[in-house]
Amino acid sequence: MPQPGAALLVVAVLLPVSASALCFLAPRLARAIAVVVALVLALTVVLLAVQLVTHGPLEYRVGGWGAPLGIDLRADGLTVFMLLAAALTGLPVTVYGLSYFPASGAAGGFWPLWMLLWGALNALFVAGDAFNLYVTLELMGLSAVGLVALAGSSDALGGAMRYLLMTLTASLIYLLGVGLLYHRSGTLDLALLGTSLEGGATTWVALGLMSAALLVKSALFPLHFWLPPAHSSAPAPVSAVLSGLVVKATIYLLLRLWLDVMPPGKAGLGAALGGLGAAAIVWGSVQALRQSELKLLVAYSTVAQLGYLFLPFAIDPAHAGVAWRGAAYFVLCHALAKTAMFMTVGNLQKLGAGAHLGELQHVARQFPVSLAAFGIAGVTIIGLPPSGGFLAKWLLLQASFGAGQWWFAVVVLAGGLLSAAYVFRVVGLAFVEEGTRARGDVAPKGRTSAAEWITLAVALATVVLGFTAPLMLGVLDVGEPFGQPSGEPLSEPGGAP
Amino acid sequence: MTVAFLYALSGVALFVLAFHALVSRRHLLHKIMSVNVMGSGVFLIIGALARRTPTADPDPVPLALVITGIVVAVAATALGIVIMLRVQAATGRPELPPADRN
Amino acid sequence: MSRAPSRAVLWLLLLTLGGGLGWAVLSLPPVAQGLGEQVRQHLQVSGVESPVTAVLLNFRGYDTLLEIAVLALATVAIWSVATMPRRRRGLAGPVLVFFVQVLVPFMVLLAGYLLWSGSHAEGGAFQAGVVLAAAALLVILAGAPLPAGAGGWPLRVGLMLGLLVFLGVGVLVTTTGRNFLELPPAWAGGLILMIEAAAAISIGASLALAFRGGRPRNARAGS
Repeated sequence: MPQPGAALLVVAVLLPVSASALCFLAPRLARAIAVVVALVLALTVVLLAVQLVTHGPLEYRVGGWGAPLGIDLRADGLTVFMLLAAALTGLPVTVYGLSYFPASGAAGGFWPLWMLLWGALNALFVAGDAFNLYVTLELMGLSAVGLVALAGSSDALGGAMRYLLMTLTASLIYLLGVGLLYHRSGTLDLALLGTSLEGGATTWVALGLMSAALLVKSALFPLHFWLPPAHSSAPAPVSAVLSGLVVKATIYLLLRLWLDVMPPGKAGLGAALGGLGAAAIVWGSVQALRQSELKLLVAYSTVAQLGYLFLPFAIDPAHAGVAWRGAAYFVLCHALAKTAMFMTVGNLQKLGAGAHLGELQHVARQFPVSLAAFGIAGVTIIGLPPSGGFLAKWLLLQASFGAGQWWFAVVVLAGGLLSAAYVFRVVGLAFVEEGTRARGDVAPKGRTSAAEWITLAVALATVVLGFTAPLMLGVLDVGEPFGQPSGEPLSEPGGAP
Repeated sequence: MTVAFLYALSGVALFVLAFHALVSRRHLLHKIMSVNVMGSGVFLIIGALARRTPTADPDPVPLALVITGIVVAVAATALGIVIMLRVQAATGRPELPPADRN
Repeated sequence: MSRAPSRAVLWLLLLTLGGGLGWAVLSLPPVAQGLGEQVRQHLQVSGVESPVTAVLLNFRGYDTLLEIAVLALATVAIWSVATMPRRRRGLAGPVLVFFVQVLVPFMVLLAGYLLWSGSHAEGGAFQAGVVLAAAALLVILAGAPLPAGAGGWPLRVGLMLGLLVFLGVGVLVTTTGRNFLELPPAWAGGLILMIEAAAAISIGASLALAFRGGRPRNARAGS
C-alpha cells in the first residue's frame, strides 16, 4: 500500500545531502543555501509528524524493491521525535553559524560539512537496514571529524584525530557484527531480523559487537575518553551539535537494536548498562565540577547527562516504557540546553572572555543576555520546574518508583544536585563584582548581538518544552515504539500543566 | 570445515592482530594502517562466508557490502592521513596529544 | 587508545575478542542460502548481468549513494582542512615524462573498459575510478602543474559529479510515479552506466586530491 507522506522520509535525507554538494560548488551562496534548506527541512519534519499522527507508522521502499532485497526506510513515533529534535537544534545552529563564522575564509567548510552531518543524522533515524546504518554511521562520524578539525588549533586537530580513530574502529566493529548477523539470518532488515533472529553464539557475539561499538560512539563511561577533547576544541556551533545530537544518535540506534532486534534474555546486559549510566552521571558531574575551562565543564556535563539515557535499560520491562518516554524527552531538552550553553561559550570567546572560569568574573555586566541564557539552560540541565528537563526527570522517577527500583531515583536526584553545583558555580562567578573590576581586560560592549538573542531563544525553548509535553509525547507514542503501555496512565507532574 | 571458514578465521586473526597494533602503536600512521588492516580482516570474514551457498555462485550481497565498505575505508583513510599531517605540522610529532589537559 | 593499558589486560581482551569471534564464525551453519537466489530472480529487471553490480547499483543503490556521499564528505573535509603542500621540483626525468605520455591515454581507456565490464563481470565504478586516480597521480608525479583555473569550478564539479548525477537520476525517476532510485527496467542499464561513469570521475578526482593533501593553493577554502 503506497503511503504518499512516506516520501518525506527520503526527502529529509536528500535535501541536506544535495544542499551539501551545492554549498561546496557555490561557496558564495553556501550561507543562503544552508538557511533555506534548514527552514525547508524543519517544515518537512513537521509535515512528517502530521502524517505520522494521522496515518500511523510510515514505510518507504527505496528503489521500490522492499526488504530483504532492497532497503526500507521506516518511521514510528520515536523516529519522528528524533527528527524533530534534530530540526529544533539544527535550525538555530544554522542561524547562529551565520554570525559565528565569517563570510569568507577557512571556516566556509562548515556549511557543506554541517549539511552532510544533518543528512547523516536524518538518514540514521529513518534507516530500517543494519548495513545502511553502517554507512550512515560513517557519514555522521566523518563529517563530525571534519567539523572538529575546522577549528585548526592543535587541540582541535588532536581532538579530531582521536575522534577519527575512535569512530572508524567502532564502525568496523559494528560492521563485523552486521556481517555475522547477515550470515546467520540471511537478511539485513531490522524488522525481519527482529522477527526471525534466534539466539545462539553467532547472534550474541554479533549483537555484542554492535552494542560495544555503539557504546564507544555514545561515550558511555568509561568509554568517553574521546569526547571532552573533541567537544571542547571544536567551534561552538559544532560542539553544540556534537553534544546535542551526534552522541544521542548512536544511543537511539542502540535502543532500536535493544527493542526491535535483540531476542529475550538480555536482563543482565540491561543492568550493566544502567549501572554504567549511573556511574557516568556521578563521575561526569564530579569531573565537570573540577574543570577550570568553561568549554570542558560543559563537555564533561555531557558525559554525565548521557548517563540518564542508559538508566532505563535497567528498569523492569513492565515499567520501562515510561522511563523511555522520559529519556526521549530528556534527549530533546538536553540537546537544546547544551546548544544554548555552547552558544554562550561561543559568544564569550568571540569577545575574548570566559575561556577560563577565572575570567568569568563580572562578565554578567558585559553579556547579560548570554548569561541569562546559560542560567535558563542550566534550569533544564538540573531538572527544575517548569523546564522540559524537569518533566523528563519526573517520568524517570515515576518509572523507578513504579518498578520499585529506588536506587534509580537516588541517582537521578543526586545527578540533579551535582549539576546544580556546577551550573551555579558558573552563574555565580559571572556575577562576582568586587576586586577585579579595574582590570578591564574585557572590552565594554555596546549592543547585544544577534548571536546572543539566538542563544536566549534556544534557552527559552527548553522552558517552552515544559509546557508542550502532551503534544510532543503524543508524537512519540505513535506506533508504540516502547511496546504496549504498562497500563498505568501517564500522569503529569502535580502543578505543572 | 570448508575453505570458507578457513579464510574467515584468517580474517579473525587479522582483525585481532591489527587491533593489538592500534592500541599499542603510538605513531599515527601506524594507527591509521592498523585500522585499515582491521578493515581488511572484517572484509575477509564477510566476503569469505559468502561462499557457503549450496550452488557454485557466491552470495553477491556480502560482496557488494564489502565493496561499499572498501570505498568508505579509502575515503576515511585519506581524511585520516591529511589530519595526521596537520597534527604533525601543529605539534611537531605525528602522535596523539596527551588526553588529559585539565 | 588514550593511555597504554597494562599488557595483561590487553592480552586478555584480545584473547576474548579472538576466541569469541572464532566461536561465532564456527557456529554458523556450513551452508546458507543468503539472498543470492532472490538476487538471481530479479537480475533480469536490474539492467545488468553481474549480480554484484545489480546489488550495488540497483537493489541496494541507496547504500551506494550514501557511500558516494561519504567520499564527497572526505573530499570536502580535506579541501577545508588543508592546502596542497608546495612540491619540490625536479622529481620527473625525461623517462617518466615519456612513459606518462604513453601510459595515461591507455589508463583512461582501461578505466572505460572496467566501467563497461562492470555490467556483466568484475569491474565497476570504483575499479575504474582507482585507475583514473592512478593516471592522475602519474601526471602529478611527472610535474605537470594544474592548468590555470582548473582548481576552481571545474575541479569542484568533478569532485561532486558522482553524487549529483546519482541524486539527479534518483529524483528524475520519481517523475514517472516511481519511488526514489526505482530504475525503470528498460532504462536501468543505461542509467546505471551513467551513474557509474560520473562516480568513477569523482572517485578518481577525490583520490588524486587526497594524494596531493589538500585544496589547490589558489582555491578558496569555502565561501
